[in-house]
Amino acid sequence: MTGNVLLSVEDVVVDLPTPRGNLRAVDRVNLEVQAGQTLGVVGESGCGKTMLSRAILQLLPKKAKLGGRVMFDGQDLVSLDRESLRKLRGRSLAVVFQDPMTSLNPVLTIGTQLIETLQEHLELDLAAARKRSVELLAAVGIPAPEQRLTQYPHQLSGGMRQRVAIAIALSCEPKLLIADEPTTALDVTIQAQILDLLAREQQRRHMAMILITHDLGVVAGRTDEVAVMYAGRVVERAPTPALFKKMRMPYTEALLAAIPKLDTAPHTVLPAISGRPPDPTRPIKGCSFSPRCRYAVARCHGEKPELTEAETPAHQYACFHPIETPAAVPA
Amino acid sequence: MAFFVARRLLYLVPVLLAVSLLTFSIASLLPGDLAMTILADQATPENLAALRHDMGLDQPIWQRYFTWLGHVLQGDFGRSFRTGQTVLQAVAERLPVSIELMLLAQLGALAIGVPLAIVCAARSGGPFDRFMTGTAFGMLSVPTFLSAILLIYLFAVELQWLPATGYIPFAEDPLANLRFMVLPSLTLALAEWPGIMRILRSDMIATLQEDYISLAKAKGLKPARILFVHALKPSSLTLVTITGINIGRLIGGALIVETIFALPGIGRLLVGAILTRDLVILQGVVLLVAAGFVIMNFIVDLLYAVLDPRIRHGHA
Repeated sequence: MTGNVLLSVEDVVVDLPTPRGNLRAVDRVNLEVQAGQTLGVVGESGCGKTMLSRAILQLLPKKAKLGGRVMFDGQDLVSLDRESLRKLRGRSLAVVFQDPMTSLNPVLTIGTQLIETLQEHLELDLAAARKRSVELLAAVGIPAPEQRLTQYPHQLSGGMRQRVAIAIALSCEPKLLIADEPTTALDVTIQAQILDLLAREQQRRHMAMILITHDLGVVAGRTDEVAVMYAGRVVERAPTPALFKKMRMPYTEALLAAIPKLDTAPHTVLPAISGRPPDPTRPIKGCSFSPRCRYAVARCHGEKPELTEAETPAHQYACFHPIETPAAVPA
Repeated sequence: MAFFVARRLLYLVPVLLAVSLLTFSIASLLPGDLAMTILADQATPENLAALRHDMGLDQPIWQRYFTWLGHVLQGDFGRSFRTGQTVLQAVAERLPVSIELMLLAQLGALAIGVPLAIVCAARSGGPFDRFMTGTAFGMLSVPTFLSAILLIYLFAVELQWLPATGYIPFAEDPLANLRFMVLPSLTLALAEWPGIMRILRSDMIATLQEDYISLAKAKGLKPARILFVHALKPSSLTLVTITGINIGRLIGGALIVETIFALPGIGRLLVGAILTRDLVILQGVVLLVAAGFVIMNFIVDLLYAVLDPRIRHGHA
């Protein structure tokens, strides 16, 4: 791939100690994001995608152990001192969380929460910060932005709150925006609006974005590259068009099949992925998807496939018998 | 907001009525005959009957309650048969002492408890947190009479820095007044900071797990701003409740502390009234103190609304 790498996640491991033993939430993940590009991270609940985003932001729970390197703009965030990290966060590295009902402080006005970020990172006086806050709210499609400054989060709808959270994230023109399931907590009708808003602002500001979602459909038209995660690992990674043209990993295929389509007849049973994700406190010997995989053969249960380059450039997958390979056809 | 205040004020009426009924019945149902107490060795049957009639004691209890309530509503709480002082005079004389003690004690307790709670919550599970949580637990089990005596021994007897007992009104000599108030308020503060610390600490730890604190960190805010602006306010609802209850309770005087340090506050007035069976003073003071307590809680309700906009807008 060309372009300059803005973020490079190198062999990142996140271990969470639990009463039932060590939980490996993220297992040797490698990813890159080029400046101005969008990466989609897809996987079902508990696959480690949120932990990965927290690892990038250095916002893991206290007890979590983080290994590997997170190179952002030439610095390793893992070993960076607190003060430099603080100056980076909110300035060039911003985030939008999943649930706008809980991510805004209920006792502070919208204005305070916007202005404090602006004043922390940009040398703006109160009047300038206020003016910029109004512009930001208007830019994310909030009507009557001036009045909103004195309102509290509970006076706004969920969609409006997420727009405010996006305005906060965009406020200091970040180089990278991490959107962690930004629409999961919202009504379906609002979801597309928020995603389009994110895509539009990403284009306009030439910022890089990591869009984390459980919905392959969401990343389809909005990302440059997709990484599919399963049980803490990246199991398939490809430029978005290549992935949708030819999926190699059976898990990716199963994820796509689980999305309801407009042309399916009403009351049809949706194809679901049978079984549950493996218990992350008990490492699996073979491929972690093998217990649920309809193509799995003996080798899949005994040996873990590594993420390897396919014949298509930049298309990587971790599977012994990728789809459309003769050997993978079940007997 | 005006509607909110008006509604809360309306709630006060039945509460205060219930309080007056309770105080009156407790004082009336106490064993012992007021007329007998007053007359003492001159209690001939005729004298007793005459005095009972004069005081209305021969009327049924509900009638006496309404007569008393009628007087109370006109601001007449009755008069001590011993000193001839009205209840209002007696309370007005002693209230400033108790209020000063209460304020100093609360300020002291908050000054110790709040910063410790914030530091412990920010470093929860660390050695300092564990040490302070243990200390607070230990301090919680020290009764006030013990810490009062230890403080007197240390600061008044051994070091001779402060007077052990006595009182000078603030208006007369502010400095001397404060010297007399240090030990009593410190005694109360020592008893109260552990509660404040433990409650604020645990609320604060819960708040620090919230998404909006993660977002505040992700926004690159300074740790002090996250703790004091983003975490302290939403964590302080229980603290306000506790402080309100403490203040309300101390309006009624700190019986033990006022007695040990010979402070002429409401607590001593009550103790005196009980010991001399001065029921008029007793029921009047208890009613006023209860009213103070109820009003204090009303103020706490209003503070909730100041702290949390969701309560203000009727969303919670």
